Amino acid sequence: MNLRTIAIWAVSVPLVIAALGFFHQALAAAGWIAFFTWPFYFEVILNGLLQGVMYSLVALGFVLIFKASGIFNFAQGSLVLFAALTMVGLIEMGLPWPLAFVATAVVMVGVAIAVERVVLRPLVNQPHIILFMATIGIFYFMDGFGQTLWGSDVKVLDIGIPKDPIFILGGVFEGGLLVQSFDVIAALCGALLVAVLAVFFQYTRIGRALRAVADDHQAALSVGIPLKTIWAIVWSVAGIVALVAGIMWGGKLGVQFTLALIALKALPVLILGGFTSIPGAIIGGLIIGAGEQVAENFVGAAIGGAIQDWFAYMLAMVFLLFRPQGLFGEKIIERV
Amino acid sequence: MRFKSLCVAAAGAALLATAAVQPAAAQEEGQYIPLLVYKSGPYAPNGIPIATGWEDYLKLINERDGGVNGVKLVWEECDTGYNNDRGVECYERLKRPTAAGVQPLSTGITYALIDRATQDKIPLFTSGYGRTSAAYGPVFPYVFSAPLTYWSGADVIVQYIKEQEGGSLDGKKIALVYHDSAYGKEPIPTLERLAEEEGFELFLFPVAHPGLEQKATWLQIGRQVRPDYVAMWGWGVMNSTAVKEAAAVGFPMDRFIGIWWSGSEPDVVPAGADANGYKALSFHAPGEDYPVLQDVVEHVYGGDVEAARENAWGQVLYNRGIFLMAMQVEAIRRAQEIHGEGQVLTGEQIRDGWESLELTEDDLAALGMAGFTKPVKITCEDHEGGGQAFVQQWDGESWNIVSDWYMPNREPLKAAYREDALAYAAEKGITPRECN
Repeated sequence: MNLRTIAIWAVSVPLVIAALGFFHQALAAAGWIAFFTWPFYFEVILNGLLQGVMYSLVALGFVLIFKASGIFNFAQGSLVLFAALTMVGLIEMGLPWPLAFVATAVVMVGVAIAVERVVLRPLVNQPHIILFMATIGIFYFMDGFGQTLWGSDVKVLDIGIPKDPIFILGGVFEGGLLVQSFDVIAALCGALLVAVLAVFFQYTRIGRALRAVADDHQAALSVGIPLKTIWAIVWSVAGIVALVAGIMWGGKLGVQFTLALIALKALPVLILGGFTSIPGAIIGGLIIGAGEQVAENFVGAAIGGAIQDWFAYMLAMVFLLFRPQGLFGEKIIERV
Repeated sequence: MRFKSLCVAAAGAALLATAAVQPAAAQEEGQYIPLLVYKSGPYAPNGIPIATGWEDYLKLINERDGGVNGVKLVWEECDTGYNNDRGVECYERLKRPTAAGVQPLSTGITYALIDRATQDKIPLFTSGYGRTSAAYGPVFPYVFSAPLTYWSGADVIVQYIKEQEGGSLDGKKIALVYHDSAYGKEPIPTLERLAEEEGFELFLFPVAHPGLEQKATWLQIGRQVRPDYVAMWGWGVMNSTAVKEAAAVGFPMDRFIGIWWSGSEPDVVPAGADANGYKALSFHAPGEDYPVLQDVVEHVYGGDVEAARENAWGQVLYNRGIFLMAMQVEAIRRAQEIHGEGQVLTGEQIRDGWESLELTEDDLAALGMAGFTKPVKITCEDHEGGGQAFVQQWDGESWNIVSDWYMPNREPLKAAYREDALAYAAEKGITPRECN
């Protein structure tokens, strides 16, 4: 992403938010939606953006694996669940949470190596659809294995992140805008994770090898980059990303079986942001998060409510019409 | 055939043989009870304690009493995963003429089974869930919804709020946060009627399955609508998420009241201290201090109370499992009084037991359930049985009863059951039975 792109985004995003606000204000004036107030609108946008960061945390894991191997890893949601379950299990066994975090990261690396050895290595050179099907198998295995190992009970994952509601911009809006402190901290963690990943990919030897594999498997192999090692590393990094996502989502909702389903929330983010772009996963998450919150809060009641799930997919599909590769995905050019 | 293939084939054959032998255990002489459970899937944390309560009560009856009048109870379970199509599949797999009855443990599965069970003459016991108007016996001879229906639950919640507000709801705002499914939509007609009668404004907030995403819902509730009370029809993860999101927007927990499927330990424990003060209805008591539960420890767990507690003994959903199975066993006992004590009966015969089931305070005391629940009396016409409910509140450690028992205002409810049931009968071409 260059400076010009950043400048375009910096100008266009506030314009789009304002235009969307005026659009909803007009809908309210016409009586098509029940209400509209600017403070509530900004509150919804702000909370939606924070929610979007949470989606991005999950989407990042998908992007990493897709970038390095071209596989859509259906199992990413179950990795999130398994990581969270393992961390809670270790905390319940008496480990302090930083130690449990490190131990879980080690477990996730172990899982990554096992996946590479048992599932991916035998399938090298198979079509991508076969590898995709294999990840569906991993999804169900990890789900069942996690429950067998740690039980089906809903578990509390509390590492001391405050959850109190806080009010900001009290001087601008009467009563201020409500945000949850937990969401703000989760957003900061997400930003930190992206920064670490960006440094890892740009400035380390392994990172460069990963990018080479992502660009062209055959070329990377021909210059001596070990594909199998790279796959194990990528799955390990995706496992650690899943751990961070698991801590955030598990801390917010409790660690339970349904955590695996949040992967479904990452799909529209990926469609919108592009499957191969880390910034795409972040910006896609922000757009989906804010878009679905605005839709549910202002339009939902007029058409029966509970629209945010399908609205996210619809929004992604609209983007697909104009940019099939997603906002930041690589343009597919095939020469015949 | 190579050795490896031979081993794989032998292992497969052994597995198949094990699977084939298993149902035979359930076919041994005794009154057969098929159990539709969900011990897997997103709703497993709620399904497991209920299923454990069921099984422990059945074991108690066999161990302590030698069965029902000497007839041992045998059962087989099938995991529905709280999934409608798997529920139907499980029902078809487990049904037999001597099936005492089925508890689908899901409103969706209940809807899918009403016609089938009626045709197969197997009673459906849908206690506190399912199709509300099935409480009208002339149209639904094989469905029993005692002790309360969702419409009764909605009525009790409104009664409770009215009492809290000093006897008037005029000008008040009540929001309903509900699972966007057949289950969650059940109380809406009753709440709409009561809103008109009592003068409160009703706001509806559907939540899509499984209920992980409620930020938008609670932003509207906490920052825009600002209702005086919120009622909830949730299940599984939706409940704990709602409690957390309500706390996040600063909604007062003591003005947040769930239906009985939104008031158990898995609903509040994940929310931690945020859940303190949250309220929910129930039709049986929480806790451990009831003779029936002490008997379970003695006869099922060999006196090991800690082992029992590990299986959720004393928790809300475990106690519900005990209550539900006690009702079913008493229906079998009553059916034996009609059709012959000490005999294995058919589902059709056991239905007669259901239709004449009366549990007085004395009967409940004899079952070790004095104070645990309220009397019920089921008749041919009234399959709800006149049960009552109370409000319980979570204090961070346990659920505590914080209200009297409420009797729903049943006259308008019964009229509504009848109207809806007759419309169903007309649609399906059913001629309602005469109940004399």
